[in-house]
Amino acid sequence: MSIAQPVVGVLALQGDVREHLLALAEQDVVARPVRRAEELAEVHGLVLPGGESTTMSRLLETFELLEPLRDRVAAGLPVYGSCAGMILLAQEVLDGREGQHTLGAIDMVVRRNAFGRQVDSFEADLDFAGLGSGGDAEPAPLRAVFIRAPWVESVGDRVEVLARVPEIPAAGPAAGRVVAVRQGNALATAFHPELLAADGRDGRVHELFVRTVREA
Amino acid sequence: MTGTARVKRGMAEMLKGGVIMDVVTPEQAKIAEDAGAVAVMALERVPADIRAQGGVARMSDPDMIDGIIDAVSIPVMAKARIGHFAEAQVLQSLGVDYVDESEVLTPADEAHHIDKWAYTVPFVCGATNLGEALRRIAEGAAMIRSKGEAGTGNVVEATRHMRQIRADLRRLTVLDEEELYAAAKELRAPVELVREVASLGKLPVVLFTAGGIATPADAAMMMQLGAEGVFVGSGIFKSGDPARRAEAIVKATTFHDDADVVAKVSRGLGEAIVGINLSDLPEERRYASRGW
Repeated sequence: MSIAQPVVGVLALQGDVREHLLALAEQDVVARPVRRAEELAEVHGLVLPGGESTTMSRLLETFELLEPLRDRVAAGLPVYGSCAGMILLAQEVLDGREGQHTLGAIDMVVRRNAFGRQVDSFEADLDFAGLGSGGDAEPAPLRAVFIRAPWVESVGDRVEVLARVPEIPAAGPAAGRVVAVRQGNALATAFHPELLAADGRDGRVHELFVRTVREA
Repeated sequence: MTGTARVKRGMAEMLKGGVIMDVVTPEQAKIAEDAGAVAVMALERVPADIRAQGGVARMSDPDMIDGIIDAVSIPVMAKARIGHFAEAQVLQSLGVDYVDESEVLTPADEAHHIDKWAYTVPFVCGATNLGEALRRIAEGAAMIRSKGEAGTGNVVEATRHMRQIRADLRRLTVLDEEELYAAAKELRAPVELVREVASLGKLPVVLFTAGGIATPADAAMMMQLGAEGVFVGSGIFKSGDPARRAEAIVKATTFHDDADVVAKVSRGLGEAIVGINLSDLPEERRYASRGW
């Protein structure tokens, strides 16, 4: 079944909520911030934004959103997480805070702040599978902004790898690391497509996610 | 590519809706992290103590900053004196995640701020009005905060700065092209930047509030006045129950527009920082007038 104009929420406890809302608004959906269980119940898909994953984990717990969110994700709610959002979607987090919660929507282990501190944050062009519009032409590379980003340390059999850090000398130990994945209705990127999508520069990752929401 | 404007400004975007807390020891940094802070500001003395003890306030000891970096996994910021580019170079080499070119420390240069484009590490700077904010952005600041009057536990100055910046922004959006040139002159800011802000209706970087925030309601008020996040300095660790107050301010920042939540988290917090009335603070001891 396809929903004509789905409601897509952005978890609005902390982080770059505004940029995701702007990026979603470009995709002909109703985009809404979500901070309460009642608001969560009304969405057809949910974005977990960039921000501080330990803060979001703490607020999910204290405002009693963790269990409702786990239930909806387990029931197949389409979800997309960027950076901190990717960490929340993981099965397991390395270098996290003790007791940090995750939703386990994607069978992967992620390493927090894997690329280093802010002085190591960077932008680079990536090949990202599944961004083409179905034609024969290779899709143009995606400009990816990594900010104190995690990477995916390992994935289970059911996880599809969509993007890796290019294998170039400048990438150092990060070369070849997995930075975008999908499993069922759950999508995650270690970087921030919303920063470019909000400016109207490149909305393809949000387009991909909204396609999943419509088809779910 | 590291150190691009997008990477530096983007880092501040990720802090939005959050609380950044001043800490002076690794133990305090842990308390802040556990309470849900999005970052900590590593300092030797909180502003209330800088005020009380007087003397020249400088960048913190590198050992002390290292200790805090090792203690927490969230971003660590640190302060350099206004214009003190060598302190900023040291902070970058220590691997701090953001440098605050701060009026809370004693200024090192009375005419020039740091050329912030020259660094990989991003900078946050204080501003009392739009012109000051735009001058700092022109110098490369990737984030702006109100100056408030740090260490007083009194939000009146932060309120003035937030209202002023908001009013200045609103005014720009209704000016025509000719008027924007005159506005740039008046704001003492580059006309390209003034034009960009006029069309956006907001700053091109994230705007936080700072200075005197002591209660959950203070944080909620600042967020409703247009702040995108909150710095809390002396207000937490100069209060009776820091862990509880820290967590309450985090919650009030997220639910700033829901008075039921703010009311609930405001209960039973113990004593707040005592505070100073601005009328008791002579002009030469005010921080907001530092910076040019």
